[in-house]
Amino acid sequence: MAELDYKIIVGLEIHVQLATRTKMFCGCELVFAGEPNSRVCPVCLGLPGALPVMNKQAVEFAILTASALNCKIAKFTKWDRKSYYYPDLPKNYQISQYDLPVGENGFIEIPLADGQSKKIRIRRVHLEEDAGKNLHSGAFSQVDLNRAGMPLMEIVTEPDMNNPQEVATLAMELQRIVRFLGVSQADMQKGHMRFEPNVNVVIKKDGGEFKTPITEIKNLNSFKALEKGTAFEAKRQLNEFLERGEVMKSGNKKTFGWDDERGVTVLQREKEEAHDYRYFPDPDLVPVTVDEKWLTDIQSGCRELPLAMQKRFITDYSLNDYDAGVLTADKDTAGFFDEAVKAGGEPKRICNFITQTGLKISGEKNCRVSQLGISPQRLAELAKLVAGGTVNATAAAAIFEKMMQDDSEPQKIAESLNLIQKSDEGELAKIVDEILAANQDAVNEVKSDGKKSKKAQGFLMGQVMQRTKGTANPQVVAKIMNERLK
Amino acid sequence: MKNRGKTVITIDMDKQKITVERVKTVAKLARLNLNDAEISQFSAQLSDILQYIEKLNQLDTAGIEPLAHCLPVSNCLRDDIIKPSLGTEKTLSNAPDSDGQFFIVPKILDESGNL
Ligand SMILES: [Zn+2]
Repeated sequence: MAELDYKIIVGLEIHVQLATRTKMFCGCELVFAGEPNSRVCPVCLGLPGALPVMNKQAVEFAILTASALNCKIAKFTKWDRKSYYYPDLPKNYQISQYDLPVGENGFIEIPLADGQSKKIRIRRVHLEEDAGKNLHSGAFSQVDLNRAGMPLMEIVTEPDMNNPQEVATLAMELQRIVRFLGVSQADMQKGHMRFEPNVNVVIKKDGGEFKTPITEIKNLNSFKALEKGTAFEAKRQLNEFLERGEVMKSGNKKTFGWDDERGVTVLQREKEEAHDYRYFPDPDLVPVTVDEKWLTDIQSGCRELPLAMQKRFITDYSLNDYDAGVLTADKDTAGFFDEAVKAGGEPKRICNFITQTGLKISGEKNCRVSQLGISPQRLAELAKLVAGGTVNATAAAAIFEKMMQDDSEPQKIAESLNLIQKSDEGELAKIVDEILAANQDAVNEVKSDGKKSKKAQGFLMGQVMQRTKGTANPQVVAKIMNERLK
Repeated sequence: MKNRGKTVITIDMDKQKITVERVKTVAKLARLNLNDAEISQFSAQLSDILQYIEKLNQLDTAGIEPLAHCLPVSNCLRDDIIKPSLGTEKTLSNAPDSDGQFFIVPKILDESGNL
């Protein structure tokens, strides 16, 4: 085949699930897995008479993201009903934003392989609610509405990407941004981020310019799939053009699904008629006006600079300046610490886990503390185990290391490693007595109360710890020993 | 703000007559099964309604901002606080069919017959 002069054109539609606690218009809890239809109420079930009320956090998350994407933030936005019939949409319409999105006309800068960067224009950022989930089984379909009404942020780029790598790079950059802002967990495998590229190819041939029909790719569940799917689709279109001369004509966009196993895109549907969504303003929801003060609050409050964070750790968490400085050296570690404390871990203890164990290991592995495989919630649980006397500090370090490969509860890990702290006085007294009997010299040393008394006591304590593999509660052992050696 | 008026229904003199075709399209979108008699009946009724509302076109609305909501209120927001949900049993209690966990609906196919 002769060298062909062509250019790939890609725009992205991205859905980001926001990390709020509750749904967009009701107080139902967001759960990833959970008993089907357990997080449902009259509002998200679409029962007559139920009134939706906007989640302030979701609105702020969308405004914050739109700001970070350099969008013009709308001073006035409203909600519209997008009508369509599908069992996972119990109201028969989706609440979305049609002509007045939260933000418009922004851009995102993405790093290119050659060290340069490229600006990709952002057309719009808007909020909407997610639909439920359909499961197809046999002659019927099952519907789970736990996801119905979850807050989604839709981001639409202009078709400014010109190769599959740029598409994947934009996706990763956007993931970094929404995670940094804390507006989404942005886990692609869990469907927190869904990327739908719109792809076509412009070909220069025989002095003319030809455009292939634009297609949309769905079902891309990883960055790799996004890149491979886009590349495959562009190539497929190019072949269609060369073999059949297929070019863009008026009509409806075709949707292709990515088959990850076979590494191909498969035609999903070819709509005979365009969807007629019949958007109209939702009478149940009043508009949102964003004044300068609110906008400033959103933009400053959530984008906490390291210095502000350091000060907050000192005042709110009673850390010393040195510890707070170490933790805020990078945003990732600071955020990880903050989350663990918010999950109920005692600040100083969490700080010690991170600065004494976490940073050492992450330094060796050349990664971030948050990438060690331990979630802030799990670390908080470990801190509670220490605080409650279930394990001691030595054991905690061992449990920490095990937790990097095992996401079980720290309590379970402690049990499996036999690291639960022994605090039973009777049991420990027996061990102490045995140790004392076997080390008469040291006992005499302690009792003499001479220069070497302290050292001998330390030796005896060490023996008890060795015998119990470090699980003896040091306070209890010290108490028993003091009684015996009076 | 150039699109502000986009979703507001504008009445076009030429389109005020609701054709039989139009009724069929709307009925299809609303998943309504109408017979021929109903279609011609609704076509006439809907045309009458539009003709009546057409009176509004006598008003001069030049320079008036389209209304997004009829109440002079904005920013009814709630804090992101979890409230109890109904729970699976109650949620499914009004369902025409369920298996105790899910709503059961006829097999879902899109217009072209794909799952
Ligand atoms: Zn709900």
